[in-house]
Amino acid sequence: MLDIRNLHASVDGKPILRGLDLHVGTGEVHAIMGPNGSGKSTLAQVLAGRDSFTVDDGSVSWDGVDLLAMPTEERARAGLFLAFQYPVEIPGVSNAYFLKAAVNAVRRHRGEPEYDAMDFLKRVKAEMKAVDMREEFLYRSVNEGFSGGEKKRNEVLQMALLEPRLAVLDETDSGLDIDALRTVADGVNRLRSPERSMIVITHYQRLLDYIVPDQVHVLSHGRIVRSGGRELAHELEERGYGWIDEAQATLAQGAAS
Amino acid sequence: MNAPTKPIEAFLDREYPAGFVTALEADALPKGLSEDVIRRISEKKGEPEWLLEWRLESYRRWLTMTPPGWAQVSFPPIDYQDIVYYSAPRRKADAPKSLDEVDPELLRTYEKLGVPLHERARLAGVAVDAVFDSVSVATTFKKQLGEHGIVFCSFSEAVKEHPELVRQYLGTVVPQGDNFYAALNSAVFSDGSFVYIPKGVRCPMDLSTYFRINARDTGQFERTLIIADEGATVSYLEGCTAPMRDENQLHAAVVELVALEGAHIKYSTVQNWYPGDKDGKGGIYNFVTKRGDCRGARSHISWTQVETGSAITWKYPSVLLRGDDSVGEFYSVALTNHRQQADTGSKMIHFGRNTKSTIISKGISAGHGSNTFRGLVKVTPKALGARNYTQCDSLLIGGQCAAHTFPTIEVRHPSARVEHEATTSRIGEDQLFYAMQRGLTAEDAVSMIVSGFCKEVFKELPMEFAVEAQKLLGVSLEGSVG
Repeated sequence: MLDIRNLHASVDGKPILRGLDLHVGTGEVHAIMGPNGSGKSTLAQVLAGRDSFTVDDGSVSWDGVDLLAMPTEERARAGLFLAFQYPVEIPGVSNAYFLKAAVNAVRRHRGEPEYDAMDFLKRVKAEMKAVDMREEFLYRSVNEGFSGGEKKRNEVLQMALLEPRLAVLDETDSGLDIDALRTVADGVNRLRSPERSMIVITHYQRLLDYIVPDQVHVLSHGRIVRSGGRELAHELEERGYGWIDEAQATLAQGAAS
Repeated sequence: MNAPTKPIEAFLDREYPAGFVTALEADALPKGLSEDVIRRISEKKGEPEWLLEWRLESYRRWLTMTPPGWAQVSFPPIDYQDIVYYSAPRRKADAPKSLDEVDPELLRTYEKLGVPLHERARLAGVAVDAVFDSVSVATTFKKQLGEHGIVFCSFSEAVKEHPELVRQYLGTVVPQGDNFYAALNSAVFSDGSFVYIPKGVRCPMDLSTYFRINARDTGQFERTLIIADEGATVSYLEGCTAPMRDENQLHAAVVELVALEGAHIKYSTVQNWYPGDKDGKGGIYNFVTKRGDCRGARSHISWTQVETGSAITWKYPSVLLRGDDSVGEFYSVALTNHRQQADTGSKMIHFGRNTKSTIISKGISAGHGSNTFRGLVKVTPKALGARNYTQCDSLLIGGQCAAHTFPTIEVRHPSARVEHEATTSRIGEDQLFYAMQRGLTAEDAVSMIVSGFCKEVFKELPMEFAVEAQKLLGVSLEGSVG
């Protein structure tokens, strides 16, 4: 289980997360919603360990381990997966090579035998079928020249291969048409399991029609301001994010007076 | 941009593993250059009169020349009287007759460098000529090659055994007065490799020369001559290392390739001369003239180089496309780190009809390194239907390095098709983070990105060399899948 307490983080001296608390139980799916600039992506990157963000205060405990003390690649090997909002292109490096290197890094960490080329190809081809990716994507450079939908499928493919304990999906729905969204959501749903927690970050309620969360949280100005069941997402869809900010402002005034 | 410097710097600060010195007694001439020194070099090698004259003529030309000043490199003027022009490991009798007679200390040196000279130890079946300072110390697999009529030996031996071939071809691709360093080499060259592949013979194994500079204050001036007769095919590999020393050492080699009708020569180099320390102290000045002559129709010459060493590299492997339908290729990876400077590229000169050339250059600059691509594509008035494709990519690592591109294109025939593409990119913090989020270490991530950048060149290298090249760039082997 993931336990985030009073998390403060900044980039170039500018505070973005300002005292964020979040508890995600094992096997649960939590959605984080919020307007642009509320800190959603920052939360994802801080959890994954991107060093351009500075953690100024707070703690993150992951199954009793201090997550923030772990280097980026250690977090990944221990089972933290971030599906990127903007997957990065790596020219000249074939997708197959990249995926195999990643999978074997994780398998080594778990004390499992590394895949050889044949085993790996068998496994990856099966997983590709599930996310409706053609085999040629194995031999193309990582994300290079992929469409938006293809990049997101590639993220879900990696997630399936790496079998994380905690998956953070950062606006996986952005830039997807409805068919691609459905395929990606199906891929994610297949990976739901009692041992796997997920944090699904999204701007729109739409994704949550396909990936049904156990809990929904609303992020505003670097803090969780509302938490609830999936009906909270519908409320946001109807009323927009404005009322949250207004409610926050009223709350803040109340606290001040 | 916020440079992702820490992991990259650690990666770039690797030690130079070939920097040891072998303790050997040397038979060396005193420092300095004069006609007398040249006579003594020639005498030590027991050369015929014509070759001595050729050397002296080169020397006289050299005296009238000045070092080229146009390259994007800077270094204090070289004192040519402060260099030892001949140094050989001292041996008891004459040249060793077999490997068993080679000084075991020398054999150990090559073992340490990963170049075992014992034929029985060679698994990959590559014939090796080992050049230590000024002389060739061992050539392997000579007998097997001889059965095909192939000559693969040291240059000195070729002068003795095949004088007619040497005399016919020496200096016909790189003339004595071609440039300052080539003229110097022509005057004082000490040894190198010689290859002759007879008509219609496909050389059954890769041929390889391993150059090692060991002695202090010594210049290495080797001369390589490769002739592929009509319809012959050969793949030749060259590797180089030197000990770590505080002084700069000069390496001014000349390589001449001659491809007759329908012949095919593939020449691959992995150059790892000592690059100097982090502050730019020491290192090899690698001022080399390499040129291939596609003399016959349908001949093919291909240069592939991976340049990671040397304090300064000045090198433009070129092809003269004289035969109709001949093909010239140049594939290059040049890495400069710390204070290294490289000014390298290629010249493709189209004389024949329907000649084709390709230049693929990948420059990687890190630290305070400076990397310059300099290219010339020339289509002469008779070169009907000439085609060239040039691609020149630069990768920057960190914020202190520099990359320059100087392409020159001269077209004198309206039917020519010449294309040039250039890109500059940077290893992004986002790429590193992406790879590390998938469980790779920063080092593996940098290696992978660099390797991806160089892929088009690595795939041109013979398998064994590709492994070596990737290791040199700190890269684990890619390509077992995909």
